Amino acid sequence: MRRAFPILAVATLAFLGYAFYAAWFVAPTEQTMGNVQRIFYYHVPSAWTAFLLFFLNFVASVQYLLRPSEVGDKIGKAVALGIAALTCVGAFLIKPLPYELEPGAVATTGIMIAGIYFLVRGFFSERGTDILALVSAEVGVVFCTVVLVTGPLWARPVWGIWWTWDVRLTSTLVLWLIYVSYLMLRKLSTSGETPKLAAALAVFGALDMPLVYFSIWFFRTQHPQPVIGGGGSIDPRMLRVLLINWLAFLCFASLVCWLRFQLETMKRDVEETQALEALLEPGALR
Amino acid sequence: MRVCRATLTKDLRLEWRSRDVINAMLFFALLVVVIFSFSFDPTAEESRHIAGGLIWVAFLFAAVVALNQTWARELRNDVLDAYRISPAPANALFLAKAIGNFLFVSILELLMAPLFVVFYNLRVLGSASSLALLAALGTWALVVNGTFFAAISLRTRSREIMLPLLLFPISIPAIIAMVNGTTAILTGEDSARFWLVLLGAYDVVFTTGSMLLFETVLHAE
Amino acid sequence: MNYLYAAYAAAWMIHGSYLGLMWKRYREVKRERDALSGGL
Repeated sequence: MRRAFPILAVATLAFLGYAFYAAWFVAPTEQTMGNVQRIFYYHVPSAWTAFLLFFLNFVASVQYLLRPSEVGDKIGKAVALGIAALTCVGAFLIKPLPYELEPGAVATTGIMIAGIYFLVRGFFSERGTDILALVSAEVGVVFCTVVLVTGPLWARPVWGIWWTWDVRLTSTLVLWLIYVSYLMLRKLSTSGETPKLAAALAVFGALDMPLVYFSIWFFRTQHPQPVIGGGGSIDPRMLRVLLINWLAFLCFASLVCWLRFQLETMKRDVEETQALEALLEPGALR
Repeated sequence: MRVCRATLTKDLRLEWRSRDVINAMLFFALLVVVIFSFSFDPTAEESRHIAGGLIWVAFLFAAVVALNQTWARELRNDVLDAYRISPAPANALFLAKAIGNFLFVSILELLMAPLFVVFYNLRVLGSASSLALLAALGTWALVVNGTFFAAISLRTRSREIMLPLLLFPISIPAIIAMVNGTTAILTGEDSARFWLVLLGAYDVVFTTGSMLLFETVLHAE
Repeated sequence: MNYLYAAYAAAWMIHGSYLGLMWKRYREVKRERDALSGGL
């Protein structure tokens, strides 16, 4: 990876440039909103990337908690496989699926969840999972910030308001708050086992998100407010540009994560060596 | 179970003996209510709509003050080390602390609520028993996570601020439920059923999570 | 249109700040690592 990095970096930059060009010049202009709607091509991919990264953090945190014990590890693997199996079976047996979900999409999501679990387990050591958790949380917060900044900037000219209790935007805000608190815990904790505490917090955060979504959703049905982003079908040309931007941002996020991962590994190695040297100094052990 | 009850009675007895902390918190709660009354001075009709939010924000702050000292006594006397090596299950300790906090915060609420009724001329237009259930579920939601995060915050650089930093984001669904449920019951305009169910689900999820993970947190200090 | 420019600019400013922060931290860690190896 290290040797390929410069090429990958240049390729990603080129891809981002192309995605930008597509967002501004290739995508058709939206009828009602005009050119401002093009913010959508940054806003939505950033959100999906942030969610993916936070999910990665969840998987890494769970593994950090479960892997040390054999029983825990087996339970983790069993649950991951179980999710894949259940979604695949359920996707094709339950007809029709709620919320107009596609069976293929549901099954793919289930398999991907299990896939990510096993990939993380295979490619990362225990210390690696902790670093992965930290890295994905940080980069996730960065992307989430982009979502929260571009959202109001899009809402203001189009709907006249900066903010609204839109389900997705508000849920994203809460997600951002939870992960910022996670990063603060990481930073301020003086315990020797900060990774374990942070992992516990990450699990709590993940458990919280469905509840967050439902509480805001019901609040909105009682207090109807404008919907940012709109639902409904999307012009296939716009969808294509959207996916191009998403792919470009995924590549970018991977690069940034990889850089941060290397930095954190280096930092920890230096700290360990420093601690060791302090111990080995003449007179230190007396 | 026995460990739980023993720890709980010990805590309650200790609290009862040195009542300074309790008195300070009660006074704090009163001050919060008074200051809110100065800040928001609505008509009787409006007050029913906003009282839900005001009350729960006030309760939240009072709860944080109470939660911050959950483990203070244990820390001072190195009691946690004794717990770690004892064969007692970690979640018995957690449950005892959580229940103790729940009783404590409930007492605070029972004392603050009449004050709010007085200052805002409130009258419950909906079902009072639903309100009591909502308050109980909501208080448990705050307390169970608060006790857990208080343990996590034990070894942090700014312990007192760390607890609210961790607690508030995660409690947002519970707070939404408490505020909207209270408003629904006070105004009698809506049913609070959804909020009660949501709070119930929240309580189940996080009580289970805390019980499962407390062992890890206790040994991580 | 201004909002469009502002949004894109803001997005890249946020990413840029993070990358800048990483670069700064990298320089610190590199300095510490060189200090270590020098002392060995």
